[in-house]
Amino acid sequence: MQIYLPIAEVSVNIFLILGMGGGVGVLSGLFGVGGGFLMTPLLIFSGIPPAVAVATEANQIVASSISGVLAHWRRGNVDLVMGAVLLIGGVAGSTFGVWLFTYLRGLGQIDLVIKLSYVIFLSIIGTLMFIESARAILNVRRKVSTKAHQHNWMHGLPFKMRFRKSRLYISALLPFLVGFVVGVLAAIMGVGGGFVMVPAMIYLLGMPTAVVVGTSLFQIIFVTANVTVLQAVNNQTVDVVLALLLMIGGVLGAQVGARMGTRLRGEQLRVLLALIVLAVCAKLGYDLIATPDDLYFLGGAPSH
Amino acid sequence: MKLFPIHYLFFVFVTFLASDRARAAEELTVNLDHDIVKITADFNGTDVLFFGVAPDKGDIVVVIRGPLNDEIIRRKERVLGVWVNSDEVIMEQVPSFYAMASNRPLDTFMPSGVGAIHQIGIENIIIEPKKEGPQVKDPDAFRQALIRNKAKQGLYSWDPKDLTFLGNRLFRTKIRFPSNVSVGEFGVDVYLIRKGELIAQKTSLLSVRKFGLESQVFDFAQRYSLIYGILAILIAGLAGWLANSAFRKS
Repeated sequence: MQIYLPIAEVSVNIFLILGMGGGVGVLSGLFGVGGGFLMTPLLIFSGIPPAVAVATEANQIVASSISGVLAHWRRGNVDLVMGAVLLIGGVAGSTFGVWLFTYLRGLGQIDLVIKLSYVIFLSIIGTLMFIESARAILNVRRKVSTKAHQHNWMHGLPFKMRFRKSRLYISALLPFLVGFVVGVLAAIMGVGGGFVMVPAMIYLLGMPTAVVVGTSLFQIIFVTANVTVLQAVNNQTVDVVLALLLMIGGVLGAQVGARMGTRLRGEQLRVLLALIVLAVCAKLGYDLIATPDDLYFLGGAPSH
Repeated sequence: MKLFPIHYLFFVFVTFLASDRARAAEELTVNLDHDIVKITADFNGTDVLFFGVAPDKGDIVVVIRGPLNDEIIRRKERVLGVWVNSDEVIMEQVPSFYAMASNRPLDTFMPSGVGAIHQIGIENIIIEPKKEGPQVKDPDAFRQALIRNKAKQGLYSWDPKDLTFLGNRLFRTKIRFPSNVSVGEFGVDVYLIRKGELIAQKTSLLSVRKFGLESQVFDFAQRYSLIYGILAILIAGLAGWLANSAFRKS
């Protein structure tokens, strides 16, 4: 059954989109990832214009992160103060990101930038995840120095703040910067940015793992909401029909995934996810390098 | 489901021919089985049937032209192993859709002057770079690329076999409107050529419109983009909250 997407202006198979939402939902339930970094490339593969894919995916992530943050909120795993600082950075970053997006779209380079960013980030994350989980399977123990108070240059920065829930006393500039970078990624790549923010919060800021996911989800809600509004206003690229289909598939898939996850072993799951990420990355990368059928193509916004 | 109007048209034309031969001899007429193409939720392209009566013997060409738009064509170039967009050309006011059908190949009967003046035939469509836009050394390569890409998308078509005579004067053709067709008023021109001369010409209109929720969503997103964005977030928020509360209990 075909459905005509009003903003993307293409007709797609409704079950394909629901299935993709569901499939990525299963993965996100299984691995606890947002799934935006898989969904956006899949949408692009299925013929949705990259600009619409990115903006619409941001809209879907609002839904999935609200659903996620409510669960963490009840367990008290959200550091609101830290979340607020990350958020200020995130709003600044995503506003800058959408501006950059509009500018690059005018230059006719936005599709390239979206795909290149994906290839770079997916290859790094896929490789890191693969190595880490392969090591876990081979039972190789690594000694990781996790001192609670490592004093380095970061502690010399001004604007120190106390974050009670995270038991930290650090410069507010650090979470601001992390939030900013993630905001830019959210705008350009249509991702929540959890896959960048979570490691940054643990290793860079030194936050306790328990509050990391809840706090990052809290921040992601507002950043992706900001991206959604700005994309809608500047580029008119948010397709609510597509977003709704993805939300339905994603919500159901996430429940299935969460239940499956309790029965499967963690390391093997992570190897699997790493391989999926690397496969998507390889496909995107190949498309950038392979000689296209036609060197000329139509469309895109005019240069200014 | 579209059979009824076709039969009806047959009937109309047959009676028309019989009753008013004198008038029919002067006028070229054309009729479509529906004069509005509706883009709705399940729109996946559609075929429109055109029937016409020629007042005289000769060759018939039907040309359907979509609304004119500026079109951008970009050329990819390899930079450090990666294909990036380099040169671009803006073609001024090009038909967004162009479909042509004739009863036999154009070059067998079409006088070149008429073809050029009326832009009949794919090589006669005026596609020129905008003066204010970026310029390139080889605009013709971009022109060819535009035609090639439009044809690939099903937006430009020209097939000399697509028009058939159902008798001496009654002819029919079927034109495909793909799912990516743009909205607006489409011109339907029918030309009768005989012995290297344009004998008769008839112009009518066909409109392609978005109908139902889709068109409202699109208009809303364009006109009230801020409210649209906020609504998109509210929907997402509601969906997230519903999902959480629905699955918490189970």
